[in-house]
Amino acid sequence: MRIEEHPILSFDKGRKVNFIFDGKAYEGYEGEPIAAALHAAGILVLGHSHNKQRPRGFYCAIGNCSSCLMVVNGQPNVRVCTEKLQEGMVVETQVGKGDLR
Amino acid sequence: MRTTELAIIGGGPAGLSAAISAASLGTKVTLINRDDDLGGQLIKQTHMFFGSQKQYASIRGIDIAGILIKELEKYQDNIEIMNDATVISMYEDGVFSVVQNEKYIKIKPQSTIIATGASEKFLTFPNNDLPGIYGAGAVQTLMNVHGVAPGKSVVMIGAGNIGLIVSYQLMQAGIQVKAIVDASPKIGGYLVHASKIRRMGIPIYTSHSIKYAHGTDHLEKVTLSRLDEKWQQIPGSEFDIETDVLCISVGLSPLTELLWQQGCEMRFVPELGGHVPVRNENLETSIKGVYVAGDVAGVEEASSAMVEGRLAGLNAAEALGHTSRDLEDKRKDCVEQLNSLRSGHVGEKILSGLSKVTV
Repeated sequence: MRIEEHPILSFDKGRKVNFIFDGKAYEGYEGEPIAAALHAAGILVLGHSHNKQRPRGFYCAIGNCSSCLMVVNGQPNVRVCTEKLQEGMVVETQVGKGDLR
Repeated sequence: MRTTELAIIGGGPAGLSAAISAASLGTKVTLINRDDDLGGQLIKQTHMFFGSQKQYASIRGIDIAGILIKELEKYQDNIEIMNDATVISMYEDGVFSVVQNEKYIKIKPQSTIIATGASEKFLTFPNNDLPGIYGAGAVQTLMNVHGVAPGKSVVMIGAGNIGLIVSYQLMQAGIQVKAIVDASPKIGGYLVHASKIRRMGIPIYTSHSIKYAHGTDHLEKVTLSRLDEKWQQIPGSEFDIETDVLCISVGLSPLTELLWQQGCEMRFVPELGGHVPVRNENLETSIKGVYVAGDVAGVEEASSAMVEGRLAGLNAAEALGHTSRDLEDKRKDCVEQLNSLRSGHVGEKILSGLSKVTV
């Protein structure tokens, strides 16, 4: 959900870009964190805990907590709360601790 | 290996202020910032600051970041800014390593100011890992910097200043705040913020806490309960609130990893948010030439972080052999500003904490 109207802030968005999340096409704004684009699209589950596979989402937003590690363009363990969205990115839910391809 | 006179780690209010004051005395500064943009957490703070004019009172945090960056530009010949650069280690010999653009860079400064800030504390309760449960500061980043709503409605845990301010900002962004909950019998934040919240009709439950979060893939409902005078949950007092977002705003803890790595003497001081470095009046740690400023030295407000930054910058510059005619006046001014910011009820706690780590 995007905030469309705000009494104080106006949001300078980059251009619209397309990206793929787990095989499906989505739109977001260039330069915003991948997590913001996913959140705006209603995707809240970003990963799962290693042992019990419990769903994990966004938590700290500033690259501290490691709750949002995903595979981006084939690279695992990317913190999507700080990684910037670019045209054509391929974002995947990470399974386990991630393998370097 | 790169060298520099003074490395400043952290581009938030403390780090920026330190860079300005050190560079103004002619020190060659390398400012290392993890984010792409300078300003730290100021960039999400839409509220106006308190304090006095010198700490930018009545100006919004987001605008203060701009003012500091502009001031920094005056000394650009003396300052090298490394953005999107993370310091990942510091060694006993003063060398530290930075990762920037997937490159590993070694830097050896003559002196260092560590201004890494703090991170949000967490709370223990069943299902606290459900998506939809966020740090209050994280929600502030998501909505104020990126323009994305965290959800439809919010329950806020913590009635300190961050909890109150973020609740107000959620309402500004059109998101319903259903309740603010605090375990303490008293509201911790400033009354001016609490009154604003009450006028908007948001209930503030003091002596209450969260007992349980419900949901399968994401948060759907929370169970709250009343606490007795010993802060224990009172059986039978539970009630539910349906919500898709729970914000946790129960304080910050200093980001001290680099201080531990270097071997600075640390002490556990609850009034300052956790483990903090022992320091002298010059904000120098137990290691010569390693200074601290801002929340990493003890969790306070951005206003005091800026003044501490200025002070640490002056002291580090002077120790490196730089000076100016008005150095002593500037230093006195910083000390006076800090004393004034720490007067009053909240300041008492900070001062008591500082007395345990200042040598």
